[in-house]
Amino acid sequence: MAISDDVIVIGGGLAGSMSALSAAKAGASVRLISHKESTLRHASGLIDVLGYPTEGDQPVVNPFDALDELPDEHPYTVVGESGIREGLALFDEITGDLYAGTHTDRNALVPTQQGTVKPTARYPRSMAAGIGNDRETLLVGFESLPDFDAPLAADHLEAVNVPFASRGVTVPFPADLRVDAKYTRFATALEREETTAALAETVESHLDGAERVAFPALLGRDNDGSVRSSLESHLGVSVFELPGGPPSLPGLRLVDRLSEALDAAGVHRSTGVPVVGRETAGDRVSSVLVDRGNHTPHPYHASEFVLATGGLVGKGIDSDRNGVHEPIFDCHVPHPKDRYDWFCGDAFGDHPFARFGVVSDGELRPVDAQGTVEHENLRAAGSVLGGANIAAEKSGSGISLATGALAGRLAAEAI
Amino acid sequence: MVNAPTVLVIGGGSTGCGIARDLAMRGFDITLVEKGNLTNGTTGRMHGLLHSGGRYAVADQASAKECIAENRILRDIASHCVEMTGGLFVQRPEDSGEYFRNKLQGCRECDIPTTVLSAAETRAKEPALAEDVERSIAVPDGAIDPFRLCVANALSAQRHGARIETHAEVTDVLVEDDTVVGCNVRHHTGPGKRTHRAPGTTEEIRADYVVNATGAWAGQIGELAGVDIEVRPSKGAMVIMNVRQVDTVINRCRPKGDADIIVPHETTAILGTTDKEVDDPEGYPEEQWEVDLMIDELSELIPVLRESRSIRSFWGVRPLYEPPGTGTADPTDITRDFFLLDHEERDGLAGMTSIVGGKFTTYRLMAERISNHVCEQFGSKADCRTAEEPLPGSEDFEVLRDHMEAFGLRSPIGRRSTQRLGSRAEEVLTTDGPNPVLCECEAVTRAEIQDAIDQSGTDLNAVRIRTRASMGNCQGGLCCHRMANELHPEHEEPTVRTALDELYQERWKGQRHALWGEQLSQAMLNHVLHGTTMNRDHDPARQETLDFDAFDTGIERTRASDGD
Repeated sequence: MAISDDVIVIGGGLAGSMSALSAAKAGASVRLISHKESTLRHASGLIDVLGYPTEGDQPVVNPFDALDELPDEHPYTVVGESGIREGLALFDEITGDLYAGTHTDRNALVPTQQGTVKPTARYPRSMAAGIGNDRETLLVGFESLPDFDAPLAADHLEAVNVPFASRGVTVPFPADLRVDAKYTRFATALEREETTAALAETVESHLDGAERVAFPALLGRDNDGSVRSSLESHLGVSVFELPGGPPSLPGLRLVDRLSEALDAAGVHRSTGVPVVGRETAGDRVSSVLVDRGNHTPHPYHASEFVLATGGLVGKGIDSDRNGVHEPIFDCHVPHPKDRYDWFCGDAFGDHPFARFGVVSDGELRPVDAQGTVEHENLRAAGSVLGGANIAAEKSGSGISLATGALAGRLAAEAI
Repeated sequence: MVNAPTVLVIGGGSTGCGIARDLAMRGFDITLVEKGNLTNGTTGRMHGLLHSGGRYAVADQASAKECIAENRILRDIASHCVEMTGGLFVQRPEDSGEYFRNKLQGCRECDIPTTVLSAAETRAKEPALAEDVERSIAVPDGAIDPFRLCVANALSAQRHGARIETHAEVTDVLVEDDTVVGCNVRHHTGPGKRTHRAPGTTEEIRADYVVNATGAWAGQIGELAGVDIEVRPSKGAMVIMNVRQVDTVINRCRPKGDADIIVPHETTAILGTTDKEVDDPEGYPEEQWEVDLMIDELSELIPVLRESRSIRSFWGVRPLYEPPGTGTADPTDITRDFFLLDHEERDGLAGMTSIVGGKFTTYRLMAERISNHVCEQFGSKADCRTAEEPLPGSEDFEVLRDHMEAFGLRSPIGRRSTQRLGSRAEEVLTTDGPNPVLCECEAVTRAEIQDAIDQSGTDLNAVRIRTRASMGNCQGGLCCHRMANELHPEHEEPTVRTALDELYQERWKGQRHALWGEQLSQAMLNHVLHGTTMNRDHDPARQETLDFDAFDTGIERTRASDGD
C-alpha cells in the first residue's frame, strides 16, 4: 500500500518531534520517520535558548535582549523573537509540569554535575530546588558512578561563587547492581521503596544542617518525581537533580514525554528506518525513499517535508575528506574548501565545523549557493540548520524548538 | 656498591629509561631527568613496530641483525608490551620481483625466519588486502607498546634505586676544568611527581658522569655543554585508524618509500609514514598532504582504508645522526645505526657521552653499549643483565594469567586490563571499593587509573600513556573528566581543572588531522558534551563573580516577589 501523508518529518529528535506536533496541531496528517535513537537521550534535559551570544565569558540574563547580537545567518535571526516564543509555548504546552522556568524570560543558572552553573531557559522540575536560593546544599555521589564526583563538584561550585554553601559526599549505591551496570539500572533500582529508604538513611548521617540535597540526575526512570518526593519526605529537606550526561535521565524522560505527545496527536510513526534519498517533480519533493531492509527503497509520499535529521552528531550533516554535505536532499552546506580550515587549534575555539549546516530562507526552506530555494515544499529544523555554534552559545534546544514549531506549522499551512 | 658513582641520564625516552635501568641494575646511583613526561619525545611518537629486521634486510644488514636479536630478547623480557602479530612484506603487481627476491635473500642472510606465501595464502591470512596482491614474505614482526615498555624500564630502574624526574628540564650543563660535573635542572612544578599549579623550582644536580640520551634533542644539550652534535631530525607522520583493519604488520615490499607500513596496535591500526628532514625537533609543520598520502597510498594495499575511520594523526622525529663529513642529502638514506659519542675523545670534554641515532627496537642494546662504556670509565666489571631479567609486568606472566579470574571485572575488561598490566595485575587490580570502568573505549578501570596517578601525579597525559585511557574512538570525550575526577581529593579542585584542560587539549591536537566523517561527528559530540552539558568552555569558575540575583531566582522567590 502506498504511504501518503500531508507532512513527512524526517528525524525523531527534539526538532523533529516539535515539527510533527506543530504540524499536527495545525491540522495536518503527519508521519514522523526516524532511524536511530534520538541524541536527546544523551542530553542533559535542559532547554537552553541562549546563554552566550558572543565569545564573551559572561552569560546573558535575558536571551531575548541578546538576539540582536546574533549574525544574519543565525536560525534565531531567521525565525525572530516571535518564532522563539512560539517554540517555547508549544514546548510548555507539551511538557506541562515536567519543566519549570515558564515564570520568567530570564535564564536560570542551573548547577551541574561538574560543579559549574549553566544558563538555561527551561529546566526539569526535578532541578527546580537547585535554582536561585542560598540554602546550604549537600551533594551526593555514588562510588560506582565515576562521572560525578560530589566533593569535587562542591569545591568547583565554591570556585564559581554560587550564593550557597555546598559540601559533597560519596556513598555506596544502596542496591547491589552488577559491575558497570547501565545507568538506567541505577535509576530503576531507586524506584524501589526499600532502596530509596536505604539511600535516605545513608545520606541522613551526612546532612549536618544542609537544607537541600542534590543527586546526579538518576532519581527514577519515570516522569512522576516519586523517587525525589520519597527522598524528601525521608530526609525532611528539598531534593534536586544535577544535570550531566551521559549518564542522564532527564533526556530520556523528555523523549518519553514527546513520544506520549506524538501518540496523543495522532502522528504516524515509522521508526528504525533510514531515509536514503528522495524523488522530485519539478521544484518539489514528491517522496522520500525509505530503506526498509528490502532490495529497493520504498517511496513515502507527502505534500510537504521537514528535514530534521540533526547536525554532525545526528548525521544529518555528513562529511568526507573532500567536503561537507547533506545526504538526503543534497542541500547546499557552506564550508571552507580546505578541511584544515574547518577547525581551530584550541579545543574550545570557535570552530567553523560547529556552524556547519544548511542555509534557509525566511520560511526555513533550504537554499542553494545562490540563495535560491532548493525545493518549494522542503523545510529544515533543528541542528541540520547551520549558522549557530550551539555548544558555545548554549542555544541547541531553543533552536530546535523554534525552528521545529515554525517549520511544522508552515508545512501544515502550505498544504 | 658503597659510594656508587653517580650518573645523570638526560632523556626519558626508551633509550634513557633503558640506560637508567641497566646502570641502576649494575649498582650505579642514577638520576634521570626528562623535560616532559616519559616517552615525551620520539618514543611516544612512533608506529609501535617491533622490527623483525626485515625492513633493513636489503639496505642495512647490520641493523637488521641487531633487530632480530633484540626482537627475540624483547619477546622474552617485555612480554606484556609485545604482541607477536607477525608481519608480511607484500608485493603488488607493479612492485619489482627482483626486490622481492633480494628481500628474501637478505632476510635469510640476517637469520630472520621467513615463509613465502602465495597470493591466495596471503589473502587468506589478511582478507583486507587488495585482490591483486601477488605474494608475500612472512617475518616475525610484532607490535610493541612503547609507552608501557618505557614506563616499565623506569619502574625497574626505580626499584633498583634510581631517581626518575619528569617535567625536569636541563637548563645548563655544568662544566669545570673541561669536565662535565652535572646539570642545572628546572622542575616545572617542583621535584617528585607532577602537581599542576605547584610552583617551579631549580636544582643543581651534580654527577660523576652524564649521559645525553635526548635523541633528536641531543644537539641542544650539546650546545649547553659547548660541543657540536650534528643530529639530523627527520619527521614522520602516522595516522591512527579506529579499528584493526589487519591483524598482521603489513609492509609494502618495495625499496624504501613513504606510506608503506600498517601496524595493528591494541584496538587500532597505525599507518606510516613519511621521512622529511626538519630543523627543529619541536617546531615543524604537521601537514594535510602527509595524512592524505598515508590513506591514499596504503589503500593500494588495503582498499578499505579509503572509507575507514581515522581517529587522529601524530608526528615523530627520528633522531638520525651521521658522522661529520658524511653529507647524505636525502634523509631516507641516512643510516638507522646508532652512535656513541664520547665527548672526551671527540671534543676534549670529559664526563659526558651522548648516544644518537638508532631505533626503538634496539633501545636495550643501545643502553647496554653505553652502560658498558660508563662502566669502563669507572673500572666497573658489573655485567649487563637486561637481556635476561624480565621487566616489571613481564615476570611469570603466563603463570599469573591462568589465575586471572576476575577482580570483580567483567571478562572482556579483565582481559584487557591484565594484558596491559601483565604480572602487576593482581597488585594493581586488588581494591577495596567498587572498580568501575572509566574509559569504555579502551576498557580501563578506576584501579588502573589510580595506579598510574600514584606513579605520575596530576599529569593525566602520563596516566593516559600508562593505561591507554582516552586513546580510543571518543578521544577522551566521555572519559577525560572521569580521569580527572580521580585526582580529587588528593589534589585540589583548581589543580584538577588544570590537569583536565591539559589532557583535553592534548587529545584535541591529534584529532584535528582526522576531522571528517565519523570522527568529525565525534568531535562535534565532544564539543556539545563539554560545551553544552558541562559548560567547560565558559566555566564560570574562571570569571568574575556572577550576579546570581539578576537571573531566574526560582519559582518560589519569583512568585513571592511578584506578590509584593
